Amino acid sequence: AEALKAKPGPYATDEKLTPLKDVTTYNNFYEFGTDKADPAAKSDNFKPKPWRVKVDGLVAKPAEFDIEDLIATMPLEERIYRMRCVEAWSMVIPWTGFQLSALLNKVEPLSSAKYVAFETVVRPEEMPGQQGLFQALEWPYVEGLRLDEAMHPLTILAVGLYGETLPNQNGAPIRLVVPWKYGFKGIKSIVRISLVDKQPPTSWNLQNAQEYGFYANVNPQVDHPRWSQATERRIGEDGFFGSGRRETLPFNGYGEEVASLYAGMDLKANY
Amino acid sequence: MRAIEIGTDIARRAKNHGKAFVWALYGVGLLPALWAFYLGSTGGLGADPVKEFEHRLGLWALRFIILTLMVSPLRDIFSINLLRYRRALGLLAFYYVLMHFSVYMILDQALDLNAVIADIAKRPFITIGMASLALLVPLAVTSNAWSIRRLGANWVKLHRLIYVAAAGGALHFMLSLKTWRPEPIIYAAIIAILLAWRILRPYFLKWRKSMRMSAAR
Repeated sequence: AEALKAKPGPYATDEKLTPLKDVTTYNNFYEFGTDKADPAAKSDNFKPKPWRVKVDGLVAKPAEFDIEDLIATMPLEERIYRMRCVEAWSMVIPWTGFQLSALLNKVEPLSSAKYVAFETVVRPEEMPGQQGLFQALEWPYVEGLRLDEAMHPLTILAVGLYGETLPNQNGAPIRLVVPWKYGFKGIKSIVRISLVDKQPPTSWNLQNAQEYGFYANVNPQVDHPRWSQATERRIGEDGFFGSGRRETLPFNGYGEEVASLYAGMDLKANY
Repeated sequence: MRAIEIGTDIARRAKNHGKAFVWALYGVGLLPALWAFYLGSTGGLGADPVKEFEHRLGLWALRFIILTLMVSPLRDIFSINLLRYRRALGLLAFYYVLMHFSVYMILDQALDLNAVIADIAKRPFITIGMASLALLVPLAVTSNAWSIRRLGANWVKLHRLIYVAAAGGALHFMLSLKTWRPEPIIYAAIIAILLAWRILRPYFLKWRKSMRMSAAR
């Protein structure tokens, strides 16, 4: 990993950071395997450079961006965000990245654009989870946001963590971070971003619609069918004996910033 | 010493050896739990040690259930008699199920009984897991010689509950995961084969008997 220059951004937190070792060895990145240790163990052959991200669809100026150019020219900030996984564990991670809105503004979305669709790279030869008999999901991994969610200042494309470029297991070279939503919305190793007029399909929703919705906003009131979402375990902090399950906050604690996006919406139906 | 005394002496020693092996089995059988506990308390179980400990205990519970269910087919098919170890294997399975549940309740849910009860009531995979644990309790309680004598033929019937508990355990593992994975399917397949053997067994024994009789003729 290489060092990145970034200025401190807004939305910092005084919560204890999750140790780098935990952030980089406990990952859900099914392209490298379903075990949480797989991404760190099996991503050595993955080549995050060279890399290009295509931004197309309902935009005035479709473009392809080189990752090196993005790192050199975009206004990089350090954003320390809570990350709440749908599996009821959480971390606090110092990301380096830029607002997704900054990139979308470059391509000038048309007024017909209502949603943003994202796509992960497919490279079975470099990603063992995309080979063999038991493939956990359909590839490519796809995700989506409503345009207003995508333009929200909290939503970033991360190119680094802990001040250095992203390790392969965390979604190198570029990934989405939407801190008020469950972690699976944070699609990794993005190759394509498309502006579209209809709600795009999303991988976990396709896999099991009853358990994973399109919105996936962190919500302690709406249980996952197989476990409660009311509490969470903070990785790297609670350890073995001091099981301090903590209360999960609506919108992962970012309600003040984002609750208005969902005014009047039934969040139980739109989970 | 007269021959008959030597004979009983050998038999007694063999019996003591057998007992020693059974106790050794308990000791060895509990090692994976001790090892995982040691790793967990010294930071060796990764970023989410409680979940990892919970999962390891659950896996060992399934492994001991499988070993318990293998005793009878091994004797039928290969004439390997491990009957004297079956109680220990069954009890080890029960101890692991109990530890698995205790870790869930104490370390994972931090003794939040309302959360535990809500989980058992609302989540099918936890309901099934809990039911399987409950089914094993009467088996563990009646695993002593006194109960075996006392219950007679009913003891055998009662202990068939392990079939239901084994199927429940396999299902519990399968339903607990987010996607299809090889491990739970392999465990479920092994348990399915071992349960199917119980249905096929009388036919197999009859077939072998007829083969032996025709060979003797």
